[in-house]
Amino acid sequence: MKLEALSRHELLACMQCGVCVGSCPLSTRSTLNVRRITASLMTKSLEVGDELWDCTTCYLCVYRCPRGTKPLDLIIELRSERVEAGKIPPTLRDSLENTFKQGNPWGKSRVKRGEWASGLGIKRLLELEDSKILLFTCCASAYDPRAQEAARALVKVLKAAGVEPAFLGEDEVCCGNEVYNIGELGLFEELMETNKANMGEGVETIITTSPHCYYAFKNRYLGLKAEVLHYTQFLARLLDEGLLKLKGLADVVVTYHDPCYLGRRSGVYEEPRKLLKAIRGVKLVEMERSRSRSLCCEGGGGRMWFEGPPGRRLAEVRVVEASSTGASILATACPFCLANLEDGVKTAGLEDKLRVMDVAELLAQALPSS
Amino acid sequence: MPQPKVGVFICRCGGNISDTVDCDHLREKASKWSYVVVARVEDYLCSKPSQDRLVEAIKSRGLDRVVVACCTPRMHLSTFHDAMRRAGLNPYMLEFVNIREQCSWVHADDKEAATKKALRLLKGGYERCLELEPLEPMEEPCRKEVLVIGGGIAGITCSLELADKGYKVYLVEKGPSIGGNMAKLTKVFPTLDCAQCILTPKMAEVSRHPNITLLTLSEVENIEGYPGNYTVKVKVKPRGVDVSKCAGCGICSKACPVEVDDEYNENRSKRKAIYVPFPQAVPYAYVIDFSACTRCGACIEKCPRDAIRLDEEESQLELKVGGVVVAVGYELLDAKLLEDYGYGQYPDVITMMELERLTSLFGPTKGLLRKFSDQSEVKKIAIVLCAGSRDRNRYVPYCSKVCCMYSLKQAVLLREQFGVEVWIFYTDIRAAGKGYEELYVKAQESGVVFVRGRVAEIRRGEHGLLVRAENTLLGKVMEEEFDLVALATPMIPPSGLRQLADKVSLPIGEDGFIQEKHPKLGPVDLLRAGIYACGCALGPRDVRDSVADALAASSRVDTFLRRGVVISSPEKPWVYWEQCDGCGACMEVCPIAAIELKEGKAAVKVVSCIGCGACIPACPKSAIDFKNYTRRQLEAQLKGLLAEKREGDVVIVAFVEKNIAYTGLDFLGLDRVNYPAETLPIAIPSSAILGRDLLLKAFMLGADGIVVIEGQKWVDEAFRWRFEEALASLEEAGVESTRVYYSLIELPAYRKIADILRTHTSMVRDLGPLGAEERVRLSRAMEAR
Repeated sequence: MKLEALSRHELLACMQCGVCVGSCPLSTRSTLNVRRITASLMTKSLEVGDELWDCTTCYLCVYRCPRGTKPLDLIIELRSERVEAGKIPPTLRDSLENTFKQGNPWGKSRVKRGEWASGLGIKRLLELEDSKILLFTCCASAYDPRAQEAARALVKVLKAAGVEPAFLGEDEVCCGNEVYNIGELGLFEELMETNKANMGEGVETIITTSPHCYYAFKNRYLGLKAEVLHYTQFLARLLDEGLLKLKGLADVVVTYHDPCYLGRRSGVYEEPRKLLKAIRGVKLVEMERSRSRSLCCEGGGGRMWFEGPPGRRLAEVRVVEASSTGASILATACPFCLANLEDGVKTAGLEDKLRVMDVAELLAQALPSS
Repeated sequence: MPQPKVGVFICRCGGNISDTVDCDHLREKASKWSYVVVARVEDYLCSKPSQDRLVEAIKSRGLDRVVVACCTPRMHLSTFHDAMRRAGLNPYMLEFVNIREQCSWVHADDKEAATKKALRLLKGGYERCLELEPLEPMEEPCRKEVLVIGGGIAGITCSLELADKGYKVYLVEKGPSIGGNMAKLTKVFPTLDCAQCILTPKMAEVSRHPNITLLTLSEVENIEGYPGNYTVKVKVKPRGVDVSKCAGCGICSKACPVEVDDEYNENRSKRKAIYVPFPQAVPYAYVIDFSACTRCGACIEKCPRDAIRLDEEESQLELKVGGVVVAVGYELLDAKLLEDYGYGQYPDVITMMELERLTSLFGPTKGLLRKFSDQSEVKKIAIVLCAGSRDRNRYVPYCSKVCCMYSLKQAVLLREQFGVEVWIFYTDIRAAGKGYEELYVKAQESGVVFVRGRVAEIRRGEHGLLVRAENTLLGKVMEEEFDLVALATPMIPPSGLRQLADKVSLPIGEDGFIQEKHPKLGPVDLLRAGIYACGCALGPRDVRDSVADALAASSRVDTFLRRGVVISSPEKPWVYWEQCDGCGACMEVCPIAAIELKEGKAAVKVVSCIGCGACIPACPKSAIDFKNYTRRQLEAQLKGLLAEKREGDVVIVAFVEKNIAYTGLDFLGLDRVNYPAETLPIAIPSSAILGRDLLLKAFMLGADGIVVIEGQKWVDEAFRWRFEEALASLEEAGVESTRVYYSLIELPAYRKIADILRTHTSMVRDLGPLGAEERVRLSRAMEAR
């Protein structure tokens, strides 16, 4: 590899300015230094250790690189080499094995994937063959109790707006976005093929609960014909068309946390804000670091299954920042962010002051019927 | 008529050509052509001894025309024209064949193909040379007035220099005072002398100079005419104050109730709606900001000299000038666009220009270094270099060139005068210039802290602003707090430049600044003769370089106008009077009305004519032709280019507009960009000269495909339609119109030419050679016409 790898990821133009490392939110805790990795590859002597697994793939290094290089892709390639050589932390190896066996990284039973939706009255794509709209649930939305609540809220909001989405249920497997980030590209392709086959040809719109699935479908899946939307985009569209009607909530100050894969990665900043602002009684305030400056929750890049470097977790830093705006609700639109920020609230001791909610949950509360 | 006597001279260019092209083979072939008397190969045809041998050969062998096969005529046309004159021949009896940029440099991968192509090009030149005729350039009196657009240091210097040389100068400035950005600076590097002290005497001199007419609040609307004789329309906005009456007492300003942001202080202080831009403004007179003025009349009541004219209206001026200098300067990138640095979010994140004003006695704090957030004292400052420059991902890709030096200057002043702690965050310190490295050392020795790392982010810290960057020399991320953070934002083209460029047809480069004629050898010339540029209108420059540019531009204007006549190329259309029936079709298509009817016949106003050739195919009688690109000459060249064609060969003729597009082709040569050797360029005045007949002729004579490259946008806009018509008639004659590809390629995009030549050649290869039957059908169609 060496120079060829640099060339593949457009890193030959690197001017060693260090903006990647300066931007890396973990660089005060981790020894991961992608600038130095690049420099060492230039001189054909790779220097990198286990810190390679610390990266959350938050994308700041790529987003801010003045030369438009792709240091993150280099990290994934280096991880990929280690995966092939079997040099991978045990917890990550387990998550990959689980995904291979059960279609989700936690190893929950494959056949229980659709249980989150029981009682909601939505049907599987198999039963609703003419359905044009498919709701794709993240593994977290399907199995994690907290994320399940957000997914159920989303279905309620969709139904209130007159949309009857189909879902894949037990035919659904992990989108593979984090599998790709961990560097297991072969497994990623299998997952992609399985999902594509089960999504069928008739679906016109795929709505995702997670920005990670959204990103994978939009950028990493090959030959997907349906239009892919994150649920906030889809709901914002319903709002524009007058189909989503909201009443108000009691006056509440809300701040919004941009998930990495929705904001920086995909440029979706406006839609979630638009939805929140559409709720009467909600006062939306911005954190110091919002939009492209948003701080990663440490949920991406496999870090849901890998502890990472010691020190104060970013989610904890983030909830303190959120609380300092005067907001009592921290809204977000990603199942990983939801879980990590809630943990952050607990460790920061802010349970009395700040509640973490999914945008869909706030909308569900603001529906006229509820 | 006596038989032509041709000399063919082939250059090896010290290997540049002969390493790829077999020059001796060319000579051998050429020596057998009917009218060739001499055929030679030289190592360096442009060298003095070779030129002498050429002159000697012309004289001793009685040559009446010459073909040279060497580099681009853009390099050495005048060299050979001189040699022709020395030998007693008319320079236009020379045919120039470019086998370096158009052949050896772009086909180095295939020597055989390159030699084959070189031979084709040479044969084309030979056939064409048999049709050459002597021509003489024309002279036209020119005006001795010059327009200078922009009153910054470049425009001021250029105006003064021209005025001293005796030219009458109109200096047009869009603001109420001259002085430009330099008037905002405190001290200038590398010598740390006071900017005002060196600038204001020059400003005053402008106002005094008998040869300079200063027009402030004025903008150029339009420039018409031709080199040496331009008519300029200028819009003059109302000042609201009679400059001849205003004594500058300032009573009006005290009376004015309206306060607005003061742009001189980067909007960090207030001024009144009636104001003087800055203490040393020229002209020194008050001015009304009509966008803010409420017309309350308070100033009129108080003015002791009755100088205020609230009802003054915008006016138009018409100026007649011989030459134009564009010196419109620069703007700075809006720091609000830098999403990681919080400019606008944190009051103490400022720009370097704001820091400049903050340290000025006339600044918003009267020279006290205070935080904007709470007016408290500043003890520690960070300077962030490359704040938006060298960023091809999100902001501007180029280096803004002056930021390193003005930051070092500012850092030294901050250390020496204010005694504050200064940190400079940099990627590379660029200090190339006389005394520049020395200033860098001075900054280091004055205790400035240098951190090598591009700033990633600025946030609120516990006591001030927190700057986060990797210190790349230590490999450690640092978070350091400061009272003030100053962003070194890059110079960008001024907002009105593109509009001006559209009106005046200035060439604009990829970076948005004005594109000079040649980056090294024509640094202040533009493609259009008589129009020049200087200073930051051409790209980021410091004061010294702007001044050097300005002096260069004044010299170029002088060279152009000093003889009182401008010489016009004889390469223009002319009318066969016997054949012209005065139908006026040529007049209809002429884009600048340079054809008139005289005694019922068309007549070309030669100096006005811009030589596009649009009139040529318009004439139903073929009564108008283009000198040095006559129908016979172009056909002869085509015949020569296609003469060596063998069964199964696929050949593409590339009609290339002779200035911009031809330059683009030369650039491909300089870059050594390969493209297929089956493409044979032929220069034309512009694509407007291409009618149906010439295209048909090319196919008839053996072309299998045609590429047309136009370099001038206006030609594309004005005459593309006619080209499309020609394509339709090609289809009628049974040739697939896909065999012809036309494109507008402006100079900055020149690399696309290679892509076009590649893709079109491969497409025509797929179609295969045009069949013999089709060619016969074409010649019948031609005859029938």
